[in-house]
Amino acid sequence: MSAFAWIRRLGHWGLNCCARVGRAGIFLFLTIFRFPRPVRSFPLLVEQIYVEGVLSLSIIVVSGLFIGMVVGLQGYNTLSKFNATQQLGNLIALSVVRELGPVVTALLFAGRAGSALTAEIGLMKATEQLASMEMMGIDPLWRVISPRFWAGVISLPMLAAIFSIVAILGGYLIGVKWLGVDAGAFWNNMQSSVDFKIDVFNGWIKSCVFGVVVTWIAVFQGYDCEPTSEGISRATTHSVVYASLIVLGLDFILTTMMMGGW
Amino acid sequence: MRFIEIVVGLFMMAGLIAFAMLALKVSGLSTELTQPGYVVMAYFDNVGDLKIRAPVTLGGVRIGQITDIQLDDTNYRAKVSFRINASENKIPEDSSASIFTAGLLGSNYISISPGYDDVFLKEGSTIQSTHSALILENLIGQFLFSINKQDKSEGKSK
Repeated sequence: MSAFAWIRRLGHWGLNCCARVGRAGIFLFLTIFRFPRPVRSFPLLVEQIYVEGVLSLSIIVVSGLFIGMVVGLQGYNTLSKFNATQQLGNLIALSVVRELGPVVTALLFAGRAGSALTAEIGLMKATEQLASMEMMGIDPLWRVISPRFWAGVISLPMLAAIFSIVAILGGYLIGVKWLGVDAGAFWNNMQSSVDFKIDVFNGWIKSCVFGVVVTWIAVFQGYDCEPTSEGISRATTHSVVYASLIVLGLDFILTTMMMGGW
Repeated sequence: MRFIEIVVGLFMMAGLIAFAMLALKVSGLSTELTQPGYVVMAYFDNVGDLKIRAPVTLGGVRIGQITDIQLDDTNYRAKVSFRINASENKIPEDSSASIFTAGLLGSNYISISPGYDDVFLKEGSTIQSTHSALILENLIGQFLFSINKQDKSEGKSK
């Protein structure tokens, strides 16, 4: 009997998972196709870009600077064993533009903006603000969800580009100003080894994909949470954990696709 | 609201400028797109490790880059096309091109040593005199072969 109950619980869990994935898909579809009302949506969008993008700028800039400096320092120490410190520029630029920029930005964004989104929307649901909006004839998907979603999708690539530039400048600071690598060699080697399409553009595509995924998860977790204080806290945790795991997994898949030329 | 709009505008500008800097300063897109030039060809017996985008130099100064490497299937030689900057338009037609290696383990590049002709290279012309890349394995093979021969001849004389 207990084995039977266990199997039943497994089936229940599986069905729940499928239903959740389906709800998330329908939710994303509705959110995307609710957008085209540019004139009235624009102020909402601007406000959300301020909350998600501009206010995340400080953490992005500071962590970009320090990550660039650490990569520069570590790279210099390793490269100096081979007398190849001239190559420090490519090392920093390639690792930042290809991987660190999009991935670290997405992880920080999930922690800084994604969790806030989930908590905000979850609390709106728990205090029945979303339901009362519907009562007033305002579509909460249009008024609340869609601007937050699009703001995240727009902000993340911007933040990733700023992160990459600040990290490269941090590496320049350490490598050229402190450790004495030649500035001309630093920039010249960087420019000859970094390709626009293969490295910069693919990194930008990555950050766009991460923007969609991270904001989608954050917004859906808030919208779909249990309307209790425990439910909100669980949804916030899930939002950050799922977003981080999926960003890391997707990064691997995208990299193999871009390198293998699928 | 006005303040927020201004700040968001600045943020978007910062993002776009960062992306433009990544494109121009980091990946060096500008040097590739804007520089006009003319394409010259050369046939090599062996190009070794030569890659597309490798530099072309004259007297150590970078004057262009390689745009294409193909196999010519009539004479089984490698056909290398490279673009030379338009400002470098006084290179004699009888110049010779050789493939060198930057440092012991560095990447390959083409070095041009100028000739004495009054006719200059132009779009579509071919450099006749070329020197192939030095393949380290071949050199070692020749070296070992010559050592062996020396040993044998010394053994006979004794």
